[in-house]
Amino acid sequence: MDTFIQQIINGMVLGSMYALIALGYTMVYGVLNLINFAHGEVLMIGAMIALTLLKYVQIYLPDLPGVVKLLIAILGAIPVCVIVNVVIERIAYRPLRNAPRLAPLITAIGVSILLQTFAMMIWGRSPIPFPQVMPSDPIHIAGALISPTQVMLLALAAISMVGLVLLVERTRLGRAMRATAENPRIAGLMGVDSNRIIVMTFVIGAALAAVAGVMWGANYSSAQFAMGFVPGLKAFSAAVLGGIGNIYGAMLGGILLGLIESLGAGYIGDLTGGFFGSNYQDIFAFVVLIVVLTLRPSGIMGERVADRA
Amino acid sequence: MSEQIILNIAGVNKRFGGLQALSNVGLKIPKGQIYGLIGPNGAGKTTFFNVITGLYQADSGTFELGGEPYSPSAPHEVAKAGIARTFQNIRLFNEMSALENVMVGRHVRTHQGPLGAVLRHKAARQEEAEIRARALELLEFVGIRQFANRTSRHLSYGDQRRLEIARALATDPKLLALDEPAAGMNATEKLGLRELLVKIKNEGRTILLIEHDVKLVMGLCDQMTVLDYGKPIAQGIPSVVQKDPAVIEAYLGGAH
Amino acid sequence: MAHFFDVTHHPRRTYASLAALLVLFMLFPIFASQYGNSWVRIMDFALLYIMLALGLNIVVGFAGLLDLGYIAFYALGAYMTGLLASPQFAVVLESFVNQYPMIGNALLWIFGPEIAQNGIHLSVWFIVPLGAGLTALFGMLLGLPVLKLRGDYLAIVTLGFGEIIRIFMNNLNAPVNITNGPQGINLIDPIRIFGVSLAGKPGSNATLDLGWFTLPSVNAYYYLFLLLCIAIIFITIRLQHSRLGRAWVAIREDEIAAKAMGINTRNIKLLAFAMGASFGGVSGAMFASFQGFVSPESFSLMESIAVLAMVVLGGMGHVPGVILGAIILAALPEVLRHTVAPVQMAVFGKVLIDAEVLRQLLYGLAMVMIVLYRPAGLWPAPLHEDRPDPDVDKPAKATGVVAA
Repeated sequence: MDTFIQQIINGMVLGSMYALIALGYTMVYGVLNLINFAHGEVLMIGAMIALTLLKYVQIYLPDLPGVVKLLIAILGAIPVCVIVNVVIERIAYRPLRNAPRLAPLITAIGVSILLQTFAMMIWGRSPIPFPQVMPSDPIHIAGALISPTQVMLLALAAISMVGLVLLVERTRLGRAMRATAENPRIAGLMGVDSNRIIVMTFVIGAALAAVAGVMWGANYSSAQFAMGFVPGLKAFSAAVLGGIGNIYGAMLGGILLGLIESLGAGYIGDLTGGFFGSNYQDIFAFVVLIVVLTLRPSGIMGERVADRA
Repeated sequence: MSEQIILNIAGVNKRFGGLQALSNVGLKIPKGQIYGLIGPNGAGKTTFFNVITGLYQADSGTFELGGEPYSPSAPHEVAKAGIARTFQNIRLFNEMSALENVMVGRHVRTHQGPLGAVLRHKAARQEEAEIRARALELLEFVGIRQFANRTSRHLSYGDQRRLEIARALATDPKLLALDEPAAGMNATEKLGLRELLVKIKNEGRTILLIEHDVKLVMGLCDQMTVLDYGKPIAQGIPSVVQKDPAVIEAYLGGAH
Repeated sequence: MAHFFDVTHHPRRTYASLAALLVLFMLFPIFASQYGNSWVRIMDFALLYIMLALGLNIVVGFAGLLDLGYIAFYALGAYMTGLLASPQFAVVLESFVNQYPMIGNALLWIFGPEIAQNGIHLSVWFIVPLGAGLTALFGMLLGLPVLKLRGDYLAIVTLGFGEIIRIFMNNLNAPVNITNGPQGINLIDPIRIFGVSLAGKPGSNATLDLGWFTLPSVNAYYYLFLLLCIAIIFITIRLQHSRLGRAWVAIREDEIAAKAMGINTRNIKLLAFAMGASFGGVSGAMFASFQGFVSPESFSLMESIAVLAMVVLGGMGHVPGVILGAIILAALPEVLRHTVAPVQMAVFGKVLIDAEVLRQLLYGLAMVMIVLYRPAGLWPAPLHEDRPDPDVDKPAKATGVVAA
């Protein structure tokens, strides 16, 4: 039972990060019908910037509480990630709004590679240890362990998601976003500047990815130029699982996928008589994706994609 | 002498969520006729087309082509059975030449596969020559032979419509189903289209036609069915249908 | 450029151009060998990439299906060769015997002591068709679930499949050792043609002694790969100008219209996957024999993307363009490495941008720049109007085929 609780906790932690990243994918898909393939790289940049910032923070402000240091790192990473995502939209996606569907996908892949390469040039090829700023003594909960970093992670994720829901449901911007996500042309007729909304979508997505990236680095104590690609793909699977374009779907899908991966990795050895071990963990997300797309393509909560006819 | 009925559809119902798009729609088209399907916008004409050609699945209905039941479950099966269609918004293979577009129409009546493609043995070469010759013939038939080697998206609008018809004819259909072939055409082009349709009819083919241009349709069709809000409200020869009060009301408005 | 290759209008000029090109390719190793083995080696890999790019071109260029996991077929062909042309199978059998004795002993009984000792060593004449067949089958298996998916979903799912294959290759060393995990499979047999090993006899410093002349091993492989490339080019062009090729393009251009014209899109797409995959499989088999070992790192997503970049750069759907794209992206990074590294050393005192980085930069730039500024590729297909067609230019003849 202890293992079970532990897996649940691990799953929630992993799932929260997936949820944050999935939100970025889902919002962009909702308004543009496009997979922002480079989104995983935004996550990576968040982590790398935070890492660099933290190094300086550790030198010049060593006595600040860990939480504050991480918040500084996040606040520093967010603007960079936002700029990167907005630039990507401007140069790689906007010119191709009317091009055949394959085109922006190919540029997205190209951008993803370029970002990875730049990161490789700046920060090198090997994984870099992420500065440990939070206390490392784990907290005991119901027979399982959770680290303070993970607690902060869960808190940040929860705050971000609540904040996003409030933004989307209660503010003018949120209304405009929902309108554009449903039908950009009609929204335009109502006075909504769809280009501005699209940029805001990228901004918010980037901010969430930055948070996720920083926390990912903190949680796994390392960061590397290639770290964004696999979580990005998995988060996309989570978004599809929950219902692409649907932000509640992204949150649900993210958490669910985290739990599936965690429980799956924990129990797959027992389930398959030792043939498959936890080293096959990465496959779960892909299997989930294939199953969802084959059986229920609109996802658990239903997709919400713009009518761009 | 009993006429052969090429298309015999009855009792088609189709619902989209809360909207009953088609209610008990049916028609019987005798061989060699031009049959019109008309009605105000949104009456369900294209929906009916999509149902009989397999793009949508009907909730109910019986479907017979050439006396044999056929299953409108998949578009390519329908084409194989013998219904070829054109589309309201022209759907050509844009990057292919006009000739290649029509050659694709021959796909369903031919069968060479990868082996034939690579080996080019006698049977394969013969089939390919036949495809090419027939395609050129059809381009000649519809009047755009001189554009055979032109990229299809470079053709004029009227010629693109003709090309779509040529491509549909290439499948050697029992029934040619045209969805608003005159849409967007000027008066001269419409005359040319009319001539072409009469020419096709004179070859013994059967045509089902959705059209908005009432003048064109009245002069061209042997019989017609009028749809309004998914229901058939009149059926018969044009001169009779034209005078039907229900039809007049449907087109001119009135209490609905 | 098109004028030199216009086979219907200027057949003699076309064949002359093609012959000249062939001669160039055949003479290349003789000149390049003056500078050591590296340039021929680079072209050997370029030829393998040409085969891969042509295979992917069928799926992406002709049929319009974005397969981001294409390298999985390369991996399958390579690992199949690893199992069927090296001592590895003996290890596999031994592993089965240790873990699952019942199955293990049954297998031993089937394969016999000779194989249990030395592994399977099939010759190239079996490996190539087997590789093509096996990967074609997998291509269809992959195609089945993805057929009805939309473009971007198709891309992600195929990417997932590619990753799944790689993860399996990386982990199928426990509990039974099939792929030998991250270490990969070693000691793969070189190709033997008519008794002559293309790797040369041991101790000959990778040179073949054919009696009246000697040939470096890389050159021997070069000619073999060139031959295979020509075969694959031939097959591709034949496919392109056939009923099947037209059906693929029809699906790419407008799938609904294609279905309405009677094309069974499911089967035709499966054929695209199968044929594309088979090219990848053959190329992978050659790679395994050439390199002598295979490991999962050669088959990462980056490789799938590299092949895609080649197709995009050259001109999707246009065979000469794809070949050009493959040569550029396979050879250019190496060329730059030889030139840029010394320059960087001279100017900066160290190499800032190494070959790997350069390669990736080129792939990323190629994809972004081409799609934005020259979407048809460096060498796109000429317009139909610019390709005179004697049938069409002459007036129509009566053919005797009856209408209706």
